[in-house]
Parts: sequence; structure tokens; C-alpha cells
Amino acid sequence: MPILDELRRRFGDAIVETEDHRGDLTAIVARDALLGVLAHCRDEAALAFDVLMDLTAVDYQKFPGREDGPRFEVVYHLYSIARNHRLRLKVRVDEDDARVPSALGLWPIANWLEREVWDMFGVRFEGHPDLRRLLLYEEFIGHPLRKDYPINRRQPLIGPAS
Amino acid sequence: MAKTTRREFMLGEGSGTGGGPQNVHIGVGPAHPAMHGIIRIVTELDGETIVNADVEIGYLHRAFEKDCEQGGWNNAIPYTDRLNYVSPLINNFGYASAVEKLLGIDVTERCKYIRVIMSEISRICDHLTCVGASSMELGAFTVFLYMIKAREFLWELVEDVTGARLTISYGRVGGVKADLPDGFAEKTLHAFKQTREVLDEVHRLLTGNRIFMDRMVGVGVLSREETIGYAITGPLLRAAGVGYDVRRAQPYYVYDRLTFEVPTQKDGDNYARYLVRMAEMEQSMRIAEQALASIPTGPINVDFEGRPIDPASYVDRGKQGKTEGLLLLPITLSPNLQGQQRDAARRVNVDDKRVVLPPKENAYGSIEGLMNHFMLIMEGYGIRPPVGEAYFPVEGANGELGFYVVSDGSDRPYRVRCRPPCLPPLAALHRMIVGEMVADLIPTFGSVNMIGGELDR
Repeated sequence: MPILDELRRRFGDAIVETEDHRGDLTAIVARDALLGVLAHCRDEAALAFDVLMDLTAVDYQKFPGREDGPRFEVVYHLYSIARNHRLRLKVRVDEDDARVPSALGLWPIANWLEREVWDMFGVRFEGHPDLRRLLLYEEFIGHPLRKDYPINRRQPLIGPAS
Repeated sequence: MAKTTRREFMLGEGSGTGGGPQNVHIGVGPAHPAMHGIIRIVTELDGETIVNADVEIGYLHRAFEKDCEQGGWNNAIPYTDRLNYVSPLINNFGYASAVEKLLGIDVTERCKYIRVIMSEISRICDHLTCVGASSMELGAFTVFLYMIKAREFLWELVEDVTGARLTISYGRVGGVKADLPDGFAEKTLHAFKQTREVLDEVHRLLTGNRIFMDRMVGVGVLSREETIGYAITGPLLRAAGVGYDVRRAQPYYVYDRLTFEVPTQKDGDNYARYLVRMAEMEQSMRIAEQALASIPTGPINVDFEGRPIDPASYVDRGKQGKTEGLLLLPITLSPNLQGQQRDAARRVNVDDKRVVLPPKENAYGSIEGLMNHFMLIMEGYGIRPPVGEAYFPVEGANGELGFYVVSDGSDRPYRVRCRPPCLPPLAALHRMIVGEMVADLIPTFGSVNMIGGELDR
């Protein structure tokens, strides 16, 4: 796994964990180093990850064995058109400190993808200029893809202000 | 104190009195006759020029990802039908492949070919709808009718195979629902012949047509760099000169054995996108024809004797314990279950009891089959991929369609994430329309091919 080796060599302790599962390369990155790692992945000629294919999150609150650990993982899927390889980067954040630096300066698509993660999981992206909900409406209470959000919860009706 | 003239008083300060331009805000949508999709574009107009635009989505949000977490792994298949409802087969296969990657299983050869053929038919349907609908919005209603006629030929094929036209639910983790029906290859080749005639007619109507060119050429341009920065894939990326296609770059199923081209254009405008889509339909037909010619028949069970019996007497004999030889008897299924007989099921499904439901003959004819059936259907059992996660991309009609699945080892998905290929173009839509006339919004929006079900999930 030259990509993961290279990341580990360059960033040392900032790469918390690496994994190669079913051919998907994964690196878990410390939050403080995230923007540096992302920028390196994009700009380093040997990596050249020019596409932020996907950005999402997973709530591990009810995952067996991980109930106490950091609650969220924000997941970045990178792809390189020139090199034709993929990489998955993950950042772990706690519930009471659910903040991740925004990647908007690196890829413009991060704008909407980060808004969706905020909408669905309530993870804040610091430095995002316009962190509105993307799919739901502003009056919606809660973040529905969190595991403690029951699927049958009703939301208050909204309408034109009377 | 300056005296206010009567004109200034009537018009109000700043309007037409040298107070500078006043931009008008116009909301286009969410329900607008010229937009085939529920989306709201708040535009700020200076005269007829768009100076600012904000795209609001989410009107069709129905909690796809949350719903997938509520049932078993195969229960998500019908939900994936409703993602891109013009080419639902590709969604089915994409999701099933992601789960198969997580399980570490490989589907049968015949199943791979079937998935390729059905994906390509769906891709043609999607491109036909996109080109047809966007030309209709430019006034070329004839093209729309022709294209929908061609789509009808193809949807009949889909109906033959899956039993439905839109909500097909044909993919399964580990295989597909049923084998191809008899005479499918001939029907497909005939439908392709008719589709080619339609495409030829449409080419003569549109390509080079003065009105069409005026509305499309140089409109909705997005540079190559911005297209990549916005993670746009599929026809829009190829229209900007980047030949990225998942089928070519990271081949899955049997795409590496089939010959096809990845059409590209370099202008990145609406006309380039139209040309790419038209060329891709021909390539898709080429792929499907090759796959039909080389599809393997797979292992066919020939070791049975005796006449076929009907399902009712089959079940009766099973209940009476007269099961001797029953497993070897062929069974006559009703025509709408064609392709699900035991031998057919073996051809298209992996031989893995943990994943694939046993054929109905086994479920009704033997205790092992019945137990196997229950173990996959009952709550708390079912398919149980090992703890882990996988991302599997396929080339959807609009670009890279990726499914990211996370398993906690239980019978329900812990997390299913769909990377919708038409979200990035919508995120970049304001970059394509700002600075152009408000009327240019319509062809640009058409060329983006927004599919609400997939965009809003």
C-alpha cells in the first residue's frame, strides 16, 4: 500500500490508523491535521487526488463495541483521475465537539456535501460560509441520520408565519 | 432641502431616478412547467441576465438512507429503484455489488453479463429521456415523442425481464431475481434496430439544426477545472474533455472484456453534453450486443427425469412426506415466474446459502430448503455481512454512482450512503447559469439531467 505508507511517513502520528479492507484503502486522520492531509493528497503529484468523490458521515453511537468512543466519523472518498486510484480518509469527532474544518477551500463541491452532513448529522464545518441545511428545511428539529433520531418522529407543522 | 418632484414621489427613491439598477428576484420552481423536476432556483435578474442564483433542493427527500437502516440488507433494493427512476436497474446492481464486496463474494458469470446488458439498456433509456425532455423544452416536441417511443421499445424489454417498468427490484445481493426470458436476445436486437432508427431521425432533426444550436452551443459552459472541482462525473465531465468512465477506468462485471469507446467532447457546453449522450447510446447498444453474443449459459441442471409437475401437487406431496425424488422433478411455474426455476436460479445466483434464497422448489420440497429460506427471511437472521465497510462505484447514467455500506455484523445495514451522480452538477448549476439569460436556464437545466429521486434521496 504505497499510498498509505507515504501518508504515514509524511504525517506520522497524525495518521491514527490505516486499513486495507476488500481493496479499499482507508486512513483515519487526526482532526487538526485533516486539511493538511487533504491538501497534500490533492497537490502531491504522486497522489493527485483531484476529485472529492463523496463526503459523508457515520454515527457510531449504536455500533457494537464503539458506544463509548468518538461518536461520529466524517468520511472523505477521494479519487484521482490521472492516477486512477481511490482513498478513503476518516476523521473521528466526539458528540460534544462535533466540528471539522471545512474543505471548501480545496474543492468547491465540499460546499453542498458539508451542508448535507450538517443537515443529517449535525456535524459543524468550521470555516464554511453558508452552513444551511441542504435537503431539509430550516425549521426541522434534530438531525435525522443520527442513530438516536427515531424514524417515526413527527415534526411540527410549519406554514407561512401568521 | 431638495424638493421632491412628483415623478420621484410616485416612483419611490432609487427607481428609475438615477438610484442605480434594481435587480429583480424571480423564483423558478419548485413546480415550473419547463422544469421536469421539483427544485427551486432563486434567481436575481438584471433585466434578463442572471446575476445571482441559489439552488434549493430537497423537495423529494424521503429518507432513503435512514429507511435502509430499518430492514434487512435485501430490503433496501426496492428503495434503490426509486433513486434514479429512469434507470433503476443500475441502482439495484450498484447497491447489490457494494454488499457483495462487503461479503467478499463473486457473482456468477451469467449474472455479470445480465447485469451489464440490463445496465446498458437502462443507460439508453436515461439518455433518451434526458435528450428528449430537454429538446421538448426548447420547442422540439417531435423529438420528445420519438425518443419516448424508443424508450418504450426498451422498457418493454425491461418489463419482459423484470415484470415491471419502473419499480423493477430486479437486483439481489448475490445475483438477480430471475434469468432472462426466452427469445430475449432477438427481442433486444430488434428493439435496438428500432432505437437506432429513432436516433438517426433525431440526429437529422437536431444535430446542426439552427434553432437547437443557437440555444445549446456555448450555453451553460463549465470549464474542465471547475467540472473536476465540483466532482462532476459522467456525460458532463466527458463533455468537458475528461474521458473518465468507471466502466473503463475501474472495470467491474465484464466491462473489461467488451469493446467500447468513451465518447468525449471538449467544449463543456450544452451541445457537447448532447453529443456525448447521443454517442453513448450507440456505445451502450454496442456493449449490450457483444454481451448478448458472448453470454455464457452457465451450469444447467440436466439430471432430472420425469414430467414437470404443477406447484400445488408439488407442495401436497411434500406435505405428505412423499419427498423421494421430489428435488429432482422440474416444476411448471406460472409464466410470470419465468426465469426463477431451480436451474435458472442456479445460473444467475451465487452458490452461497448465507446470501441467496433457495429456489422455490427447494423451499417447498425439502426441509433443508425450507430452513434455508427461513434463515434468510426471519427477523434477526438474514444476510449478515462481516463487520466492515465498502465503497463500490458503478457508472450510472449521470456519472459515478457509488454506494458506501457499513456493516456492524447484524442482519441490517448499519449505514447505507448513496453518492448521487446528479448532486454535483446541481451544486455547480449556479456557475453554469450566472451571467447568462434567464431563458438559457432551461436548456442548461435540461442538460444537467436532474433526477429528483436520486438528488434528494
